[in-house]
Amino acid sequence: MKVTRRDFLKTTAAVSAATAIGMAVPDELMAVVKETEVGWRWDKCVCRFCGTGCGIMVATRNDMIVAVKGDPLAPVNMGLNCIKGYFNAKIMYGADRLTDPLLRVNEAGEFDKKGKFKPVTWEKAFDVMSSQFKKYYNELGPTGVSIFGSGQYTIMEGVAAVKLIKGGFRSNNIDPNARHCMASAVVGFIQTFGIDEPAGNYDDMHHADSIVLWGANMSEMHPVLWSKVTDRKLSRPDWVKLINITTFSNRCSNIADMEIVIKPNSDLALLNYIAREIVYNRPESIDQDFVDKYCVFATGPIDIGYGMRPEINHSKYRASELDTASREASKTVTEDEAQAWSSLGIKAGSTLEMKNAKTPVKHWAISFEDFKKGLEPYTLDFVASLAKGDPDESLSGFKEKLVKLVDYYAAKDRKVSSFWTMGFNQHVRGSWVNEQIYTVHLLLGKIAEPGNSPFSLTGQPSACGTAREVGTFAHRLPSDMVVDNPKHREISEKLWKLPEGTLNPVAGSHYTKIMRDLEDGKVKWTWVQVNNPWQNTANMNHWINAAREMDNFIVVSEVYPGISAKVADLILPTAMIFEKWGAYGNAERRTQHWRQQVTPVGNAMSDTWQTVEFSKRFTLAEVWKSHKIDNEVTLPDVMDKARAMGYKDTDTLFDVLYANKEAKSFAWPDPVGTGFMNSEAGGDKRDVEGFKGYGFFIQKYLWEEYRKFGIGNGHDLADFDTYHKVRGLKWPVVDGKETAWRFNADYDPYARKSNNGKFAFYGKALKEIPKGDLFGPKGSEKVSLPNKAKIFLRHYAEPAEVPNAEYPFWLSTGRVLEHWHSGTMTMRVPELYRAAPEALCFMHPNDASSNGFRDNQLIWIESRRGKVKARVDTRGRNNPPRGMIFVPWFDERVLINKVTLDATCPLSKETDFKKCAVKLYKA
Amino acid sequence: MMPERRDFLLKTIKSLGLATAGGLVWAGFIEEGRSAPLILRPPGAVPEKQFIASCIKCGMCVEACPYDSLKLSQPGDGRPIGTPFYIPRTTPCRMCKDIPCVPACPTGSLDKALVSDKDKDGELIFNISLARMGLAVIDRETCIAYSGIQCDACYRACPLIDSAITVEHTRNVRTGKHAMLAPVVHSNACTGCGICEKACVTKKASIFVLPVALAMGEASERYVKGWEERDEERLKDVPEKVITETPRSDKKAVDYLNEEVF
Amino acid sequence: MKRCFDEFVGAYCNTPLQHAMDMRKYKYLISRRMTQIAVLFLFFAGNAYGWKILRGNLSSAKVLDTLPLSDPFAVAQSFSAGTAIAKDALTGALIIFLFYAVLGGRVFCGWVCPVNMVTDTARSLRNHFRLDSSWKSWDISRSMRYWVAGLSITLSVTLGVAAFEWISPIGMLHRGIIYGFGFGWAFVLVVFLFDLFAVKNGFCGHVCPLGGFYSLAGRYGFLRIGYDRDKCTMCMKCIEICPEKQVLHMVGSQSGAVLSGECINCGRCVEACDDDAVNFSNIYAKKQSVGSR
Repeated sequence: MKVTRRDFLKTTAAVSAATAIGMAVPDELMAVVKETEVGWRWDKCVCRFCGTGCGIMVATRNDMIVAVKGDPLAPVNMGLNCIKGYFNAKIMYGADRLTDPLLRVNEAGEFDKKGKFKPVTWEKAFDVMSSQFKKYYNELGPTGVSIFGSGQYTIMEGVAAVKLIKGGFRSNNIDPNARHCMASAVVGFIQTFGIDEPAGNYDDMHHADSIVLWGANMSEMHPVLWSKVTDRKLSRPDWVKLINITTFSNRCSNIADMEIVIKPNSDLALLNYIAREIVYNRPESIDQDFVDKYCVFATGPIDIGYGMRPEINHSKYRASELDTASREASKTVTEDEAQAWSSLGIKAGSTLEMKNAKTPVKHWAISFEDFKKGLEPYTLDFVASLAKGDPDESLSGFKEKLVKLVDYYAAKDRKVSSFWTMGFNQHVRGSWVNEQIYTVHLLLGKIAEPGNSPFSLTGQPSACGTAREVGTFAHRLPSDMVVDNPKHREISEKLWKLPEGTLNPVAGSHYTKIMRDLEDGKVKWTWVQVNNPWQNTANMNHWINAAREMDNFIVVSEVYPGISAKVADLILPTAMIFEKWGAYGNAERRTQHWRQQVTPVGNAMSDTWQTVEFSKRFTLAEVWKSHKIDNEVTLPDVMDKARAMGYKDTDTLFDVLYANKEAKSFAWPDPVGTGFMNSEAGGDKRDVEGFKGYGFFIQKYLWEEYRKFGIGNGHDLADFDTYHKVRGLKWPVVDGKETAWRFNADYDPYARKSNNGKFAFYGKALKEIPKGDLFGPKGSEKVSLPNKAKIFLRHYAEPAEVPNAEYPFWLSTGRVLEHWHSGTMTMRVPELYRAAPEALCFMHPNDASSNGFRDNQLIWIESRRGKVKARVDTRGRNNPPRGMIFVPWFDERVLINKVTLDATCPLSKETDFKKCAVKLYKA
Repeated sequence: MMPERRDFLLKTIKSLGLATAGGLVWAGFIEEGRSAPLILRPPGAVPEKQFIASCIKCGMCVEACPYDSLKLSQPGDGRPIGTPFYIPRTTPCRMCKDIPCVPACPTGSLDKALVSDKDKDGELIFNISLARMGLAVIDRETCIAYSGIQCDACYRACPLIDSAITVEHTRNVRTGKHAMLAPVVHSNACTGCGICEKACVTKKASIFVLPVALAMGEASERYVKGWEERDEERLKDVPEKVITETPRSDKKAVDYLNEEVF
Repeated sequence: MKRCFDEFVGAYCNTPLQHAMDMRKYKYLISRRMTQIAVLFLFFAGNAYGWKILRGNLSSAKVLDTLPLSDPFAVAQSFSAGTAIAKDALTGALIIFLFYAVLGGRVFCGWVCPVNMVTDTARSLRNHFRLDSSWKSWDISRSMRYWVAGLSITLSVTLGVAAFEWISPIGMLHRGIIYGFGFGWAFVLVVFLFDLFAVKNGFCGHVCPLGGFYSLAGRYGFLRIGYDRDKCTMCMKCIEICPEKQVLHMVGSQSGAVLSGECINCGRCVEACDDDAVNFSNIYAKKQSVGSR
């Protein structure tokens, strides 16, 4: 397709129109589609790997992706990429790409749980899928079905899925793999600010004087952002200080001024040490005016358990698991905990009953004096001896580092940015530790302005954009709304055109809970979309057995055969990123859209199409009847109200949720798609089972309907067409302008509107809390905290499982630069496979030699839950201190999640993949 | 002359001639094969000239290699036939700490002393990082890290990370907001194991191992870097006596002076 | 019906039946083939399956990971090339040298060397297609192997490599079987074609310097072929079948042991003799011996 003069004028006209309404569209950001000399068509897209959100340009010829390049105009990466981004052009064309639906069948070709996979038609696939669904839905009700969603959904896919399961099936059992990744950060944001996602943006990296990494191996997990941090360090090498706080030495230490290796979970104590040092010894560094005007102090209970099964003697536990499992109910207080909790009068050796295991999120306002009292025990001596993670480091040297760390935070002339990823989030007290980092920043008033930025780096490309903003969580609705809030349900029902009372008010099962429900027979039908639950969930031996040995039906939408596909009953071949229209939202609130570039491979179809086609199989009468949820809640029959809205009993969910009048008003073809295909709206050359397209622009409809949730609500997004002209915009997008720093009246129109001085933490969630002291809430009086952030006192707590004589090593898992998550895509790129062909067990050389292990030798890594074999590496990229090993989880031949513990942060329900106890022996 | 005797003589001369002709072809063949310089030998290999004289081609090192990295060259490989080598791009040396290939060698072609430290009793203790099988060399034009792509796959794969390969951090002046993190190889630490070459993600590896002699230049033997304390050690065996010659010094001074001026 | 000589199987035979009936006539041949194959297989298994019985190859090996063995001629070349010979290699070479020197004759060539199977096949085909009569064989001296052996050492000295090992078809073959051939098969094919079309018993009987080496080494060993003139009916089958005819020069004239080191002790003459006139003997059965080189 050549760009004709007419096309060019059309594009120009559209942009002029955008500019005329105040939309900031610099010329150089216009994404004009060009065909080059070699006959390639270049168009802008987004990299699919990690939360950075690098812009890429994709070249197609003859309906194939022929090349990619970093988008020089993309503000995040300015043309650069990491090697995962570098190979975007190859990820779709693996030799074993799934091209047809595959169903387990018997000899007669009928579904059989114990049968072998055979290709079937989409028609047959949906027949079996829906009849199995109806069987279990009628047996168990809405809580008996579920969807494993994703932080890699496109925004529209997320919207389609959440509408179907919450609005259609009236089930809240949808939870994304982002639960494993960002949930603790979310709780931190919501509890502290009342609204999700960071105040700052990537430009903070160019302004900060102190850059502190807390459990964030940016050098591998956010390589392009790491190059920004590195650039800042190089710009003023002697002034800019970089501190790497981690449980094992990694590549970030290359340019770090200080590497602080800490013991797992001791970050909780370390942050309290910083706060204590500020409050007790450097009160002048507190931004008193800021704290008085914009903050309130708060705390919560400590007896909250570890997010494991409440039934500590659950029949499915192996005997070896029981001692760890018992800590969900109670634990013996250690010397360290007793000292940390001395303000609560708790003694070492006593038993802490986990009385608040079901109510971990409750919290209450306290006085500054109480806050100060709570910090008192976290002295340098105590914290240094508790937190020192490298047994070979001297205590005095470690103490010096901690003192310096406080300097780098507290000095008045230093702007401080803190970055964290999974080290904080995958943590049995992940929500706490997120809140504590805000505590430090809020005390110092170093937040929400260029360079002063506590910044949660997301792992996935749309953990923010889809999982969080769309709300594909068990308890959420779009735009930070939640299902247990009647007002929120009402707003959502209106926007989704559902009868009042349709939405289920009871939060569904979180990700790990869905697995447990499958094992308990409480969920019997599940659908996996855009992720790999049977590789990414801790303690997976249980879940594999549950999937294969129990009465249930598992559908896995996949692009390549992986572990989850292997345990499925039905596999749906799915279109990949450039085979569909889509949008992602990155870690700095930047929303970026792209167009479908090529026809999907084989008979693969997008997740949106699959969700929408499945909805055709259900009439309203089947799903909108009365359902008993639990002993307290029964969902009403809403058919009368539905009829009053003009719906018929025989209407399908498709008619109501996706192909309604509003949807059909978004015509296809649309000028924004000139020259591009849209397999869902218009069908494509394959004519898959006669599918000719819906005839309307379904992605645009889903977008435009979805964005209504955020408008005026602090989550404003621009209209669909705008994103096809710009290189992404950071929300809230108000009057066509993006917001660089939220909560700051200089940058954020919402903060200005709040009329609260320079700052306004205007998030609305959890802004009415009881008052109390260190021991608990007192009285029924609630304080209202408009525009205020909370400074939390959170305590040190021991992890759910600690090494002992039998299991003497800490195990941490994580990722590597070369591979994305479970490796289904990147392990199909020959160059990436070659660069990192297998997951290694990184360990200290002395640990290896004292156990008689050689490098490259295969050893067993065994926990109370399971074991895997991996090769020893003592000389590699990661250098754990003695007593710790690190094993990446990308390699399905080293299924390290058979070993890990499914303990979670009780608030966020995010699994702690960073600490459990293992033993090692020769294989 | 007796016909029999004559026959015997002729036969002998014929055989001798054949043997000579064969010998010449033979010698040529050896010369040709020996000039294959791009071969990487197992750790502890004595210098190549010595190696091809002493290696008995028994394959014991090949059998000892736990990762099947070592191969015996076959006719057609273009390498001295029957001698051990490895190809880093496919099967690099994994740098075993106990170096099993070395003690397997019956001829001393793989010399333990070259890959060992001496403990205080003079016992040899294996230290694989002393191996000098080759030296990794980077083509900075094709290495994507040198154009700002965040790669460094070679660096992370290197068993001597941060000593054999380090990362050089420079600012990316094109974007003004990013840094270049580019790998740099250090000959004083690189063993030439080739794990970097295997890891390299470019189509043809942009970091590759060459035999040390080919990969490195040699600095002048009459200059010492004033800012490097130990550079002098490099020259400790240089003979004092030196006569320099150039085309300009072809003629003896007196002869030159006695020539006609023009 | 012309009786054909199946060299690989190693006997005259008309039919498979007769073949089977004459099995006892091939006992040395079968033993030799079994030895040759067993040695190769043990080497192969050492590499492929990690068996420890015999590791390495014919150049140098270890028995049960302890006893070193080395090819003395290869070590000699290596030494000539200017190498200080390591202890293992020297010990191994001495063991092998003494073994064959004491045993006598070219037992290595007849019983171990895999090229023997190649050249035997060539000879069998040569007989089968009667190439001897359709071509005039190139006539080269059997002493050539000593020239070549000398040349091996000379070239080793001048070129600084073990010269014969560089091109040895024996090495190509056994390494090929153990580690993979590459183009090594070409070298083996050259030997095969040379023996088939050019010189009868060409490689093993005329050219191979290792054979030359062992001829000299085995000159005084004890295992010998003994000939009894009294029983001989002068059928000459032994001469016909012998790959090193010159060593049987006494046949028809007087009793005695074969004294030449060039005899490969293959025992084919013993099998061929229907009159019990040729048998394995030893060097001490010397009383009537007149054999010489």
